[in-house]
Parts: sequence; structure tokens; C-alpha cells
Amino acid sequence: MQTFEYERAGSIDGALQSGEIQGSRFLAGGTNLLDLMKGGIEQPERIIDISRLPLATVTELPDGGLRIGAMVRNSDAANHPLVRTRYPLLSQAFLAGASPQLRNMASVGGNLMQRTRCYYFYDTAFPACNKRDPGSGCAARDGYNRIHALFGASDECVATNPSDMSVALAALDAVVEVRGASDTRRIPIADFHRLPGNTPQFDTTLKPGELIVAVELPPSPFAAHAHYLKVRDRASYAFALVSVAAGLDIRDGIVRDARVVLGGVAHKPWRVEAAERAITGKQPGNGAIAAAARASVEGAQPLRHNAFKVELARAAVTEALQKARGRA
Amino acid sequence: MNDKSLIGAALDRVDGPAKVTGQARYAAEFSPSNMAYAVMVQSTIPSGRVRVDTTRALRMPGVIYVLTHDNAPALPQKGRAAVNPPAGRILSLLQDDVVKYNGQPIAVVVADTFENAMEAAANVNVAYIAQPAQLDFEKEKSSAYKPEKLTRDPPDKAWGNIDIGLAQAEVRVEQDYSTSMEHHNPMEPHATVAHWQGENLTLYDATQYVSGVKQTVAKTLGIPAERIRVIDPFVGGGFGCKGSAWSHVVLAALASKAAGRPVKLVLARTQMFGPVGGRPLTQQKVVLGARRDGRLTAIRHDVVSHTSVMEDYAEASTMPTRALYACANGATTQRLVKLNVGVPTFQRAPGECTGTFAIESAMDELAVKLGMDPVELRLRNHAETEPSTGKPWTSKRLRTCYEMAAKRFGWSKRNAAPRSMRTAHELIGWGMATATYPAHRLPALASARLLRDGSALVTSGTQDLGTGTYTIMTQIAAQTLGVPLSQVRFELGDTALPEAPVSGGSMTAASVGPAVQDACLALKRMIVDAAAADPRSPLHELDEPNAAIHDGWLTTRGGRRLESLAAFAMRQPAAIEAKGQAKPGEDEKKFASRSFGAVFVEVRVDELTGVLRVPRVVAAYSVGRLFNLKTARSQLQGGIVWGLGQALFEQSVLDLRYGRFANGNLAEYHVPVNADVQEIEVDFVDEDDARFNPLGGRGIGEIGITGVAGAVANAVFHATGKRIRDLPITLDKLIA
Repeated sequence: MQTFEYERAGSIDGALQSGEIQGSRFLAGGTNLLDLMKGGIEQPERIIDISRLPLATVTELPDGGLRIGAMVRNSDAANHPLVRTRYPLLSQAFLAGASPQLRNMASVGGNLMQRTRCYYFYDTAFPACNKRDPGSGCAARDGYNRIHALFGASDECVATNPSDMSVALAALDAVVEVRGASDTRRIPIADFHRLPGNTPQFDTTLKPGELIVAVELPPSPFAAHAHYLKVRDRASYAFALVSVAAGLDIRDGIVRDARVVLGGVAHKPWRVEAAERAITGKQPGNGAIAAAARASVEGAQPLRHNAFKVELARAAVTEALQKARGRA
Repeated sequence: MNDKSLIGAALDRVDGPAKVTGQARYAAEFSPSNMAYAVMVQSTIPSGRVRVDTTRALRMPGVIYVLTHDNAPALPQKGRAAVNPPAGRILSLLQDDVVKYNGQPIAVVVADTFENAMEAAANVNVAYIAQPAQLDFEKEKSSAYKPEKLTRDPPDKAWGNIDIGLAQAEVRVEQDYSTSMEHHNPMEPHATVAHWQGENLTLYDATQYVSGVKQTVAKTLGIPAERIRVIDPFVGGGFGCKGSAWSHVVLAALASKAAGRPVKLVLARTQMFGPVGGRPLTQQKVVLGARRDGRLTAIRHDVVSHTSVMEDYAEASTMPTRALYACANGATTQRLVKLNVGVPTFQRAPGECTGTFAIESAMDELAVKLGMDPVELRLRNHAETEPSTGKPWTSKRLRTCYEMAAKRFGWSKRNAAPRSMRTAHELIGWGMATATYPAHRLPALASARLLRDGSALVTSGTQDLGTGTYTIMTQIAAQTLGVPLSQVRFELGDTALPEAPVSGGSMTAASVGPAVQDACLALKRMIVDAAAADPRSPLHELDEPNAAIHDGWLTTRGGRRLESLAAFAMRQPAAIEAKGQAKPGEDEKKFASRSFGAVFVEVRVDELTGVLRVPRVVAAYSVGRLFNLKTARSQLQGGIVWGLGQALFEQSVLDLRYGRFANGNLAEYHVPVNADVQEIEVDFVDEDDARFNPLGGRGIGEIGITGVAGAVANAVFHATGKRIRDLPITLDKLIA
């Protein structure tokens, strides 16, 4: 572990100022960054602790939406009454992640910044990882790639995003509010994470020095019919092989709007509009659900060890939509 | 408490309060003054030669010394003087520049703080000349060879005539089964604190065998064993990986000597995958021949497992086959394939747990072919004597295990047809298997001393891996002496104490228990004799047969209290001390000793996603007399949890290009978490195996894991109609 400077930010402006300095990283809950630092994967020269900034509140918005501060702990967000009642999908996704101890530390902003669990990224003794060491190659593409991407990968990187929360946020059309030294940007969740292309070292579209201050959720029509399904190798404390955030807006027996977002299959939450189209305007019967499930895996490009995830994703979408439909 | 009931009673652990209040000190928690910190640097290639440049590391803050092959002292026989498996292994001690596996220690950095040592370790410059490595088991299989021996048996063993047996068969099962590489990962990682005081070395070492570490380190360094003391009062799990003194133990001693300071070397979790052993992968062919009535006519089991290019270690999966079922004709073979990986080793129920997976799966396949209930098939082949030797058992109550566990599980309600039991979204499967593990014991010494306050200090240089050794030895001592539990203190984990064997092979209770009993019986006699000879004692003139000790009092044989031990002890000019010993008797050669059990499991398989869960395990065991019902149950339940891990999750994935484990950390190497472990019910049959051991117990540390994977695989077949013959049973195998 490389020696680093530590600074506790006293204000957002102070944090932004310090964040401008080359080699700085913001530290929130530390549940991912500290691990990466201990493993030598991240070697920041300067840590700016933002955990005491006034960003830990959940506020109801005038339009009925919700603003969740970046420093709200995952466990607090999951159990907030307004999250539970209006965005049960998000609450379920939080609770599917990590362990209670980690959720008590992890922040909403930090969860958006989680880095991949690709084996070859996480162990610096493997010589090739473009995400860790740009230009070194991708050991995963021809290596052991059971947990890797089905969609949107590149020759340079086949890693997946490990967050559960982000998958639900993508289904809820969240907006990420970030502040830089000179301006505030509102980034739609779909544009926040990116595909690897030939620059897999960048997980997000954040600019250097920008700080996530909040996530905003518009009013959701999916509260009554939503389900987050996480399929993993063990019952808890494991990353998703495949996860599905499914939301249905069912009125008069017809699906008026739908969201199907897959997790664990791409470098970002993978929204499948073809699946949503396949069920929208229809009765949410098993036929429509099957069509949506089929559509959700079209174009999948499995690797040597993850072909099972194609069938698994289809099955998971089926199950998630069935559960979202519920008693409708 | 009446002292008659002490042995076997479900008592809380005597070391429980120390553990939950943080008073129990584990190896890494000893910190001699002026101690420095050592961090091991490992190779990142599987084969070749290495050049280590420490220039930059030596200039870093706080760095005291960097040990490499360039400056390491030349050890006797190039560091191989102690090699005598299983107590000694071929270690990597920086005696040359050769790299034989990815993860091999190639340098040790010593610094004033752990952080400085870590940072300097990252700044050791390493250059390699890579050489071709043997990594692909499939490719290397063609050069499989016969090892010299298994731990106690020859590699190949046959009885009867397998060809005749197969010719007699009316039904035949012939299948290939396989199991994955695994790593032990006890909660406490390996740790060594090395402290030289002149020529004398004290090692605080996380180990299952303090005396073994002493012998290995002494021989390896070429110093007299008397100069080494090994201390380890508490062990946070061992499961086999702490049964040998691995490279880091000797390296810590060398680094401490070179640095001129005590040194602490604690392995990181990622360092637990490679340099400290693991379970080899196995490929197993099983052939069963049977008559229509289910009686076996032939049993063949051929096993190939991997070992390291450095040393032979065979996963003895054929051992249960040699002992499990009555079958007149058997043939078993073991072969090895060398790979450029760290040396594999004993891992909880070595051989038996991988072997029972194959044999018990094959028996289930046979039951399906015969249309016979799997329990009935096993009863029809129940072995009244050990099949491969014809020796009678010291004791065996397996039939009762089947009966008890089947009844408690509700087996009679099982519909035998696959996919016949279900809920709306889940397929339900019920499966069973036989569990088994051999019973052995080794010579052990103990001592018992009456202290001036009338309490007893009882000691043996054994180990408590978290299993309950402190507790059961206290129980045995208290009952034997006739004093309350609170009047006995038991000490272990120190080579200054009477020597005891390795805490492995489920042998501790059966080896050390009788030695403790022997010491306490001797002490009791000495006390009674001394009291009888003491004119000031109310026992004076009572003959030994007429005197006794009960509940901390000297009494008449009838139980009338004459004088407290405390009052007696106060008058003694010096502490009274007795030595005890125990070793296996002649019966060991005439009889076979083995524990058995029956495991029943229910699985649920999500029909859509293939997600597999095990909501219920019911098992019954024939393990001889129990010394503590509570710690015994914990051992068996823990073993079953391990079995679930093997069945469902555990798999160290070797990247065949780099020879490095892709998932070498606990985030990606999955062991069961609480949510995976649901109902586990454990029963014991009433049994007393006095022929094996004067206390009647056989040992329980390992049998719990055996049979579980087979039972799960059999239940999965029952649920889904899919026979999975390769562990672990991950959902990709079910969804395909």
C-alpha cells in the first residue's frame, strides 16, 4: 500500500478545490476504494474524505420524486420509508448487495463508483488488464471469464459493472447530480456509466475532480409492479451472475410502460428496450413475458465460460417479470 | 454436577469467555518488544528463474532487511533436511533462483511497521526468465504415475478377483466423477512470530502441531531441537493446512535472525492460495457390478489427482472404497499428475470426502438402475468386516445411523421418481449418502499437577483448533481426578509441555484424552497414597481401595467427606505431579477402526434459473463415545457446512496460462455464508468403542464433511433428473 496524504473535507467547495489536485481521490464509505488500495490496484497520492459533508439526507421533491444525497448510506437508503413505498425496486436492489456491515458503510455516491470484480483487474500479479494498466491487454477475454460481459464488451475489456443499486437506478430513470469546480451537471443514469471501448480505464463519464452530490429519482409508475432479482452462486454476499430490475406500469390489465434492465452482463447497467417494447401495450401474460425475455438476450456475445449466462438472463428476466406482475 | 456425567456432557467451552472477550491470544497477537514486520514477496510466474533487485526497496522508509536467494543463509541439504512427509514438506527457502509455482516465496521484506513492509515489498524489483510450465491437468494426464504410498496404505489395493466379480454382475454402473482444487481458508490465516534470544528461538506459530514445527524448523536450520520452543495457545481453524510447517515459518526465523529483531509474518488472505497447501483436484472412475438383488459383486475405483512438481501428495479418494461396502472383489488405484503449482496437502477428510462423493454417487446410480431404495441398497451391502482386509471392526453402528436419520428426515415419504416432488417454482429432491472416516490414534504424553490451592493443572502439548480440546480435556481430567470442572486448568499449545501428536486426522481426542486420563489416574493415586501416609490426614491408615476423591474432597469409598483437596494440598511441601501417557494397543493391528454416518439432504432447484439451495440436512453418526455433546455437535455441523461448500461452491480456478488462481480471494472463492446454511440436524448413536480407546471415542473432526456432496448430488438428480458428476454443482451445470 502506497503512502498517501489524507484530508478531511470541511465543505463541498473545499472538497472540490482539493479534488482538482492531480492524484486525488474522494473517499466516502471506503468499502471498495480501500480494498483496491490495499491490493495495489488504486494508488492515489491524496485521499479527500467526504464522509462528513452534508450530503446524507433524503428529500422529497415537489413533483413527488426523491433526492438522495450522495453520502446516504446504502442501508439507510434501503430502509427509508419513501424509498420503500415509492421505489421498492431500489430498496430491493440495495438489500441484495453486499452484507449488512458493508451496506452500513457504503454510500450511494460510492456505489455508483464501484469498480468491476474482474479477477484480472483485482489481482495485480496478472500482467494484462487494460482497465488497471491501459495498453497491457485483456487477460479475461481469453482467460477464465465466467462472470464477464455478454453485451457491449470490446476487444480491450470484457468486464462487468458489479453494482446492484445502479441497475435499479437505470430502471427508475435516475439522474446523477455532480458538481465540478465551475458547474453542476445533471447526468441521466444511462449516460453515467459507459461501455469500455478502447478506454476501459474509465468506468464513468465523470470528469476529473467532479463530485457526485445526489441522485434524483423522478416519480415512478412502477411502485406497484417491480422486482429486483439477483442470481448469484450463493445465497448472500456474492456479486450477481445476472440480475434484473423489472418494472411494469399496469393499468386496466395492460402494460403501459415497462423497464427491463440487466445487471452483471455489461460494463454498465444494460437496459433492454427491445424487451420493454415486447411487453408494452400487452397484457402481462406468460406469452408476453416470454417474448420480452427472449428479446432481452438478443445479440448476446458470450465468451468461453459465460455462455450459461445467456440462458440464465432469459430465465431471470422471465422470473423477474412474473414476480413484478404479481397479482395483476 | 455429579462427576459421573462430566465426560460427554454438553458443556460450554471452558475457553469461551476468553475468546469472546478478546483475551485468547492467537499467534499473530504475540508482539515481543522491538518487533519488526515481515512481508513475503511471491513469484508471479509458474516456472523459471528469478532475479530479485532490492536496491529500491532497501532505500524505502523503515526497511531493515530484505531476504532473497542472494543473501539467504545456505541451509543443510539446501533446506531439505527435514523432508519426511507428512511432518515435513519441500519448502521454498530462497536456496536458489528456481521458481516452480506461481505464488512461491521469492523474498521477505522486514521493516519497522507493517505498512512500510508492505510498501517496500511492492517495490522489490523482480525479473524472470520464464520456462515452460506444466499447468493443464488434461494435457499432463498421459504422464500420470503411481505414487510410492498413500498416508497409510499402498497406492493400489485389490482383493478377491475383480474380473470374476464383474463377470458375475447382472447390473453395472461405470462413470467418471471429478472434484475441484480447493483451499482451506481457516478464518485465522497462517502467522508466525519469530523471536531469537541468543541461540534460542521462540516461535509463536499458527499450527496444528507445535512439536512438528519444532522438529521441522530445527532440522531445516540445522540447530538442536532443544533450542526451539513453539507456542500457540489458540488456533483459528486449521483443516489440514496448518498441519505442516510451510515455507513462511522458516523464512520468518531466517528474517528475524538477519534483521536482529523479533519478526512477525502474517499471510494475507490472497497468500492462502498456493504456498500453504490445498485439496488436489481428482478425476475418479468408478465401476460397480451387482446382482439384481443389489448385492455388489465388484467395485473398482481408479483415481488420478494432481500434485506439485516439487513433491508427491496423493488425495487418497480410494480409501473409503477399501472399507465401505461388503464386496468380495475390489480393485483400487491411485495415480498422480505433476503440475507447477504449490504442494497440495491434507484438507478436511482428505481422500474420504472426495472419494465418498464418487462412490456414493455411483451407489445412487446403481440404486436407480436397480429400481431399489438407496438406503436398502446400502443395507444389503453393509460390511460386517472391513472388506479389503477381512478385519473385524472395533465397533460399528452404521445400520442404526441409516435408521435414525431416515426416520428423522421422513425418508419413507419420498417418491423415488425424479422430478416428482415440487412447489410452484421449485423442484424438490431428496438424496442420501453414507459418511465415513477412519479412526486412528498416536502416542501422547500428559502431566497432571496438584497445586497448593487444591486445584489441578493438567497439560499436554496438543492443540485446540477451535474444536474444543481445552474443554474435553478439562472434562476428562475433572472426572478422572474427582474434582469439579472449575478446579482444573488445562494448558496446551506449547512445546515446553509433554509432547502430543498433530491435531489432524481426527486424532486429538482419542490420542490425548487417554494420556490425560492416565496422568490424572496417576495423580489421584499419588494423592491418596500421600494422604494415607500422612498422620495429619483424616485418611491416615485408610488403604487406597477404601479412599477416593469426589467433588474436590478426599472421601471414604462410601463417599463420606474427610478432607478437602485444598486443605490437603496446603500441607504438601511441594506440588504433586504425575506423568501420563497413552498409545495405541495391540488391538490396532487385529481390528479395523472407522467411523460411519448417514446423511440425508433436501435440495430445492429453481426451475427457471437453476438456483440450488439446501434447506435441510439430517445426519446420524456412529463415532464412538462423545466427550462433549455440544462441541461434538458443533464439529459435525461444521463438517456438514464444509460439505455444502464442497458440493455447491468451492473451486480454486487455475488460470492455465499463468498458473495462478483466478479467484484467489474470499470474494470470489465462495464458501457458504449464513444464508446458505439452513436446518442441520445431527444425531449420534449411543456407542462406546472401548476396543479402540480406553475412553471409547473415535474422533469427530472430519467425518462431517464426508458423504455430504454425494447426498447433495443424489438429491439434485432426484429433483431434476440431471446427474452432476463434477463438483461443485454450480447453477451453470443445472441450467444447461
